[in-house]
Amino acid sequence: MAAAIQQAPAQPLLTLTQVKKSFGGAHALRDANLDLYPGQVTALIGENGAGKSTLVKILCGIHQPDGGELMLDGRPIRVRDPEHARQLGINVVHQECVVFDNLTVAENIFVSARPKKSRFIAWSEMRSRAAEILRQLDVSFSPDTPAGQLSVAQKHIVQIARALTSEARVLILDEPTASLSHREAEDLFRIARRLRDSGCALLFISHKFEEIFALADRYAVFRDGASVGSGMIAGTGSEQLIRMMVGRSVEQLFPKLATTLGEELLRVEGLSRASEFDNISFSVRQGETLGIYGLVGAGRTELAQCLFGLTAPDGGSIHIAGKAVSISSPADAVRHGLAYVPEDRQQQGAILPFSIAANVSLTNLDSLAPRGLCSRQRESALANHWIAALGIKATGPAQNVGDLSGGNQQKVVIAKWLARSPRVLILDEPTKGIDVGAKSAVHAVTSEFTQRGNAVVMISSELPEILGMSDRILVMRRGRVRALLNRNEATAENVVQAATGA
Amino acid sequence: MMINSATRRDLALGVIVVLLLASVTAAFPQFARPGNLAEILDDSAILILLALGQMLVILTRGIDLSIAANLALSGMLVALLNKNYPGAGVAPILLIALVSGTLLGAINGLLVWRLKLPPIVVTLGTMSVYRGLIYLSSGGTWVNDNQMSPQFLGFVRYEVLGLTLLSWLAIVAIAGFAMMMRYTVLGRNLYTAGGNPAAATYTGIDPGRMQFFAYMICGAIAGLCGYLWVARFAVAYTDIALGFELQVIAACLIGGVAIAGGIGTVAGVVLGCLFIGVIRNALPLIGISPFWQMGINGLVIVVAAVLSARRREDKRAILEAQAA
Repeated sequence: MAAAIQQAPAQPLLTLTQVKKSFGGAHALRDANLDLYPGQVTALIGENGAGKSTLVKILCGIHQPDGGELMLDGRPIRVRDPEHARQLGINVVHQECVVFDNLTVAENIFVSARPKKSRFIAWSEMRSRAAEILRQLDVSFSPDTPAGQLSVAQKHIVQIARALTSEARVLILDEPTASLSHREAEDLFRIARRLRDSGCALLFISHKFEEIFALADRYAVFRDGASVGSGMIAGTGSEQLIRMMVGRSVEQLFPKLATTLGEELLRVEGLSRASEFDNISFSVRQGETLGIYGLVGAGRTELAQCLFGLTAPDGGSIHIAGKAVSISSPADAVRHGLAYVPEDRQQQGAILPFSIAANVSLTNLDSLAPRGLCSRQRESALANHWIAALGIKATGPAQNVGDLSGGNQQKVVIAKWLARSPRVLILDEPTKGIDVGAKSAVHAVTSEFTQRGNAVVMISSELPEILGMSDRILVMRRGRVRALLNRNEATAENVVQAATGA
Repeated sequence: MMINSATRRDLALGVIVVLLLASVTAAFPQFARPGNLAEILDDSAILILLALGQMLVILTRGIDLSIAANLALSGMLVALLNKNYPGAGVAPILLIALVSGTLLGAINGLLVWRLKLPPIVVTLGTMSVYRGLIYLSSGGTWVNDNQMSPQFLGFVRYEVLGLTLLSWLAIVAIAGFAMMMRYTVLGRNLYTAGGNPAAATYTGIDPGRMQFFAYMICGAIAGLCGYLWVARFAVAYTDIALGFELQVIAACLIGGVAIAGGIGTVAGVVLGCLFIGVIRNALPLIGISPFWQMGINGLVIVVAAVLSARRREDKRAILEAQAA
């Protein structure tokens, strides 16, 4: 059977042409083009936010494209919903495990096509057919196991098994190995190769170059919602792919101010937390911006939450201005001059139904309300000061934060902390999902903050931002520090290499 | 069949109910007379029916606070019907009770499904609206037993093989629900929709639609129970079954239905109802005020919640295993 597959088929099975999709003005996909060939694995490569997830959701019918064309077997199609996708033979192994923990493996496999006998579910048939599929996949768990007891890797295999209950023509693997060990990933690849050899067209989304080179026949690179290159993997090097992936002109969008480095403000030694991150050490000085780069799931946010006292470390120590401190709650962290702007602005950062004044005053109620009663005038004055200082576009301090644009919401969150005069500002993906103008405004604010002798720790998945704003860059992968680079030695290539292990 | 955690919980509750029966019987042998046991079943039948309906709703991550108000409104409608057309027989009464209940349930379901409103808000609102409609339809008057036809009153009391028709209805519902939850796609998809709504969406199941069905079936049962309640207690007025929704929800929770959705069994719910029924019957016998009933229910719910909260928390593994 291998002979028939060796020669590259001329006709793609599934084609996307100029597919567009935007969400409330933000373009997730601008010009997505993709060809999937039967019997081949195509790797989809791109930074976080390049539009890969949106593409997957369009292919499986969760989102409808705003423009462009999908063709299956040369005929235009519209994928109405996930059930329709399944009927067309398009199956997805989702990044987040989409299984039902309370149901057995067998029922999870047949969840959208339970075998029936005279209108009632035929459990014994379901169980035996599930056992047969699991045997084909050569895995060890039983169809009667509750899915909640499986490992992440096994849950992915359950999703693949789901695809095998009907004719799987297209199988999309959306970062299936993000949280798998090397051996588990190997198992998954073994199954993927078998499906490929049986003529299935596979789309493999991954950040890990070694895996892409091990599994894929072709590649397609996306950047900022558009296709920027595609071709055969053979004869292509990882540097070439990385360049396509990050190669946007690094515009001079980053108004980094020159600062003089002073005293050390924060030092972390050997900080560890079971199953999240291990032996993390770094320090930041007055005037310094430390960038932390890594892929989603590298443990960066977990590290920040631990620094800010939201979770307790298992080992290691935190030193503020040279003194070892114990931070067991966010209140402790604030007392020691730390501030944390979380990644999820709408859930964890701003309180959307509250006014700007109420948001900004949150961290300062002790000074605004010395006798337990909060002065409205002082609250408004404080808010007005920061609206002017950060250039927040709003009708006034009484406007609800929920009505502001994303960039202005983020400025409110930052103002809330700056109003407390912290020494170290920890930013987690500070410019995610906000427009270019607001981005450079946020950068200007943090840059001024460091110039006044404070320090910034900035977590970001955006390379230009990390390279443009950081004095030093700490790269994490799988919960460990993989590189600590000075501004002048850091390049897009060596940072991505450290983060992906390529 | 495999013993999973739900089965284990059901077994544990079953053992508790049996021990309860045994210990009361040890002190008062007449407690376990077949006649008294049949009475406990008859007493618990409406609770069982309602709790089965409520279970569907809770499984889909909802709650139906309007269940008792739906019962009372449907009960008042059929009582008025019977009062004005005493010769119409029981069949139209049953039909109208079911239709009225289904419609009232569908209103809840549509508001939750289509407008994505929080179930607790929707059903708190409809609870008051339905109660208000009773007042409007009856003008605040009572329908007493002397205004009810003998067939209307006799149906629930009719005995077959030593059990009342009311008890048999509960038994048939238990069997029907057990079949539905295990062998029909609708029953299974109620578990999927509540267990993981996001995953359900990704597999082509609309969790909102499942919620709608749950409210509609729950409403149909509440409507039917409206007639059963009015006939059994031989009176209809605005405040019948006032607050009974809390006892129904308590029975579900004692029976192991997870308020967060996705988990619950027919056996567990029935045992939860019997637990409440046995205690209610036993308390007067052993000389304890029935007012302790609420306290005991509450204690059981809190203890069960504490026990299930001791699950180990899922840890996301970012770090690679140290040695492969």
